[in-house]
Amino acid sequence: MGRITLDKVSKRFGDVEVIPPLDLTIEDGEFTVFVGPSGCGKSTLLRLIAGLEDTTSGQIRIDSQDATHVPPAKRGLAMVFQSYALYPHMSVRKNIAFPMKMAGVPEDEQKRRIEAAANALNLTDYLDRRPGQLSGGQRQRVAIGRAIVREPSAFLFDEPLSNLDAALRVGMRLEISELHERLKTTMIYVTHDQVEAMTMADKIVVLQAGVIEQVGSPLELYHEPRNKFVAGFIGSPKMNFIEGAEAGKHGAHTIGIRPEHIAVSADEGPWSGAVSVSEHLGSDTFFHVHDTGLAETITVRADGEVGFRHGDRIRLTPRAELIHKFDENGLRIA
Amino acid sequence: MATQHSRSAARLMMAPAVVLLLGWMLVPLIMTLYFSFKKYLPLRGGDLGWVGFDNYVRFVTSSAFWPSVLATLAIVGGVLVITVVFGVLLAILLNQPMWGQGIVRILVIAPFFVMPTVSALVWKNMFMDPVNGLFAHLWKFFGAQPVEWLSQASLQSIVMIVSWQWLPFATLILLTAIQSLDSEQLEAAEMDGASPLKRFAYITLPHLSRAITVVVLIQTIFLLAIFAEIFVTTQGSFGTRTLTYLIYQRVLESQNVGLGSAGGVYAIILANIVAIFLMRIVGKNLDA
Amino acid sequence: MARAVTQQRKIINTVLAWGVGLLIFFPILWTILTSFKTEAQAISDPPVFLFFDWTLENYAVVQERSDYMRYLWNSVIIAGGSTVLGIIVAVPAAWSMAFVPSTRTKDILLWMLSTKMLPAVGVLYPIYLIFIKLGLLDSRTGLVIVLMLMNLPIIVWMLYTYFREIPGEILEAARMDGATLKEEILYVLTPMAVPGIASTLLLNFILAWNEAFWTLNLTAAKAAPLTAFIASYSSPEGLFYAKLSAASTMAIAPILILGWFSQKQLVSGLTFGAVK
Repeated sequence: MGRITLDKVSKRFGDVEVIPPLDLTIEDGEFTVFVGPSGCGKSTLLRLIAGLEDTTSGQIRIDSQDATHVPPAKRGLAMVFQSYALYPHMSVRKNIAFPMKMAGVPEDEQKRRIEAAANALNLTDYLDRRPGQLSGGQRQRVAIGRAIVREPSAFLFDEPLSNLDAALRVGMRLEISELHERLKTTMIYVTHDQVEAMTMADKIVVLQAGVIEQVGSPLELYHEPRNKFVAGFIGSPKMNFIEGAEAGKHGAHTIGIRPEHIAVSADEGPWSGAVSVSEHLGSDTFFHVHDTGLAETITVRADGEVGFRHGDRIRLTPRAELIHKFDENGLRIA
Repeated sequence: MATQHSRSAARLMMAPAVVLLLGWMLVPLIMTLYFSFKKYLPLRGGDLGWVGFDNYVRFVTSSAFWPSVLATLAIVGGVLVITVVFGVLLAILLNQPMWGQGIVRILVIAPFFVMPTVSALVWKNMFMDPVNGLFAHLWKFFGAQPVEWLSQASLQSIVMIVSWQWLPFATLILLTAIQSLDSEQLEAAEMDGASPLKRFAYITLPHLSRAITVVVLIQTIFLLAIFAEIFVTTQGSFGTRTLTYLIYQRVLESQNVGLGSAGGVYAIILANIVAIFLMRIVGKNLDA
Repeated sequence: MARAVTQQRKIINTVLAWGVGLLIFFPILWTILTSFKTEAQAISDPPVFLFFDWTLENYAVVQERSDYMRYLWNSVIIAGGSTVLGIIVAVPAAWSMAFVPSTRTKDILLWMLSTKMLPAVGVLYPIYLIFIKLGLLDSRTGLVIVLMLMNLPIIVWMLYTYFREIPGEILEAARMDGATLKEEILYVLTPMAVPGIASTLLLNFILAWNEAFWTLNLTAAKAAPLTAFIASYSSPEGLFYAKLSAASTMAIAPILILGWFSQKQLVSGLTFGAVK
């Protein structure tokens, strides 16, 4: 079981309120991602749940038990740290065994669980090595192994992939998702990378300055961002925002249109501008368009290879039904 | 960043060290202050009552005071200059590619491990003795008159002995600092057309400035308190009576505890002035 | 990228460095050599370097005259005791400062270091009086305590700098894994800090071994360590170079041998963690 409820939880460091009181429920078995720019309080929130920080006020319940003042080890949660936090002086086997040793799990049971975890994570050949002799991805797996053997009611991940190179990151992302499919255990995952959030989450919690901006499934956030912040944060490349007369035409203070929702052509379309930079990825082409009179730059994505170059004048057609409208406070207009 | 629980545990675990050091600092300090306002001669009547600032005035006005301050400054300053200059040169030399680097490093560090009493004795007798010392043999070999080091050039001799003891420390710190210099910086400077000398002046030396400060300050603390080297060589004669040694003589040799304590307070003030500078720098290091 | 260094330059470096190294080491080498000479050879003019009649007689005389082993034992007890005691007191304090820093941590640390700057001579008499009152004069216990207090700031400082290099996340992981504070320090922090603790131990052992103010002034016969043993040879009577050399060699040999075997830790310790 692993249903986690935060009830008016807040956190201050001295005079600074990092997290104003907030409510949040994470259902059992859910893969929840906390996402937001650095300094938004997402890691602090995770550490509050872990018990590594005291809550200033409010209540944390794990499976309806009040856990607010329970020490970290007694909460039944396991955490995978950004730096993996492996014990460098212990072999992989000992690293994985450590939490069980602390909990007094019998030897044969320890052995069984280590073998099961090693099997599942492809670590069997490395059990007697030290963390220093492993690659980044392998270390990551050991950290996960150390979490699995505790059979926790929920896993906490604190930016676990940020120290890996791009290729490994994609692989590990898949492995963690598969692990979740298999274990069906609650997972809370902190990242600043919206791609990780979109690909892995059942539920995304977008945070800014300690405040929850929106909670929802990845596609909800993509299609119906509650405000400009969420709209700009989710999706890559970023949504284009246009103010002024053009927005007024739609009865909004600001309108947003995603790069993939604008069509490009040489001579047709309501907006026009000059290509300043074109990025050719093969599968898609991105144009950064200046001199539109709408915003400083409009980013546009076109399918496949489109041959406009620097300085070419092009015309743009936004898909009207996919234009997002925001009022002067940045809130979505339905 | 931590929980209330770990914070209270932390306070508890710091307590022994803090309490011990507080006692070690305050108890003798208060006693020294107390004695410094008394006429106190343990062997000639003991406690002879309060005398106000008499001891402080007498200590400063005694003919031995200013020479002792000058001797202290000469020794500290001389040793600092020698160890820093030669330390930088040695560190650069040791940083070059060579065979047997490890062994050379051990040879250079070795003097630091020699206890001060031993090094003072060895230098005094086997090198600086005007009849049988190695230097005397060397001077005679070149047809010169052997020098009576510890009486004719007493301060210089002490500076030399102490420099020999502290050069390893300076060299090692500076070597560590040089090794941390990013070689790309030097290569960039080389690409920009800087000669080796210019590279040293504009890249290496500024990089070493922090390490040099550390050397100067740590050594100053230890050098202000040097005792054994003087104790076993000149016993404070021939102009080598430092402030530390003067106080020592007042307290132990003339058994004038009041006067010595006043001197001690001066020494503490002097040390604190140095300490303030040191703490500033170290404090900055802590932030870095 | 290191460039290929010309063979010629490497040879020049090597010759120069070895020359300087041997020059600096020479007083120690000369002392060791002289300790194996007869008194006549020790002062012969011109001096003999290697070709003399090697003898162990001086060592026998020194041991007979002043019971070297007793001083050695005192040194070991005093330096070892004060260092180990200091580390036991300092590890928890350094843990607190490194991993649970508060706004005052820095001030406390600086204050600790500043106690190191109190000139010993300024408080000699009070300590002397306290020692008489407590019956600690000329006792090893007394010196262990004084040297421990004297070096405690350095020990705390060094351990603090070493501990700070250990990522706090690892200790948090241990906490998540169910380790108590004691287990966290015992099973995770201490093993990870072994190189740092070893450096601290060694350097402070040496500082205590060579300490020559308190050991000279607070001991007489019973608890005198090697610093006092060698100082007793400073009086001109009975001054024979070979015997002086033998005594000196015996006083510094333990540390030189220790230094030889633990070079790496010492080099790291010698920088007091002040320079990276």
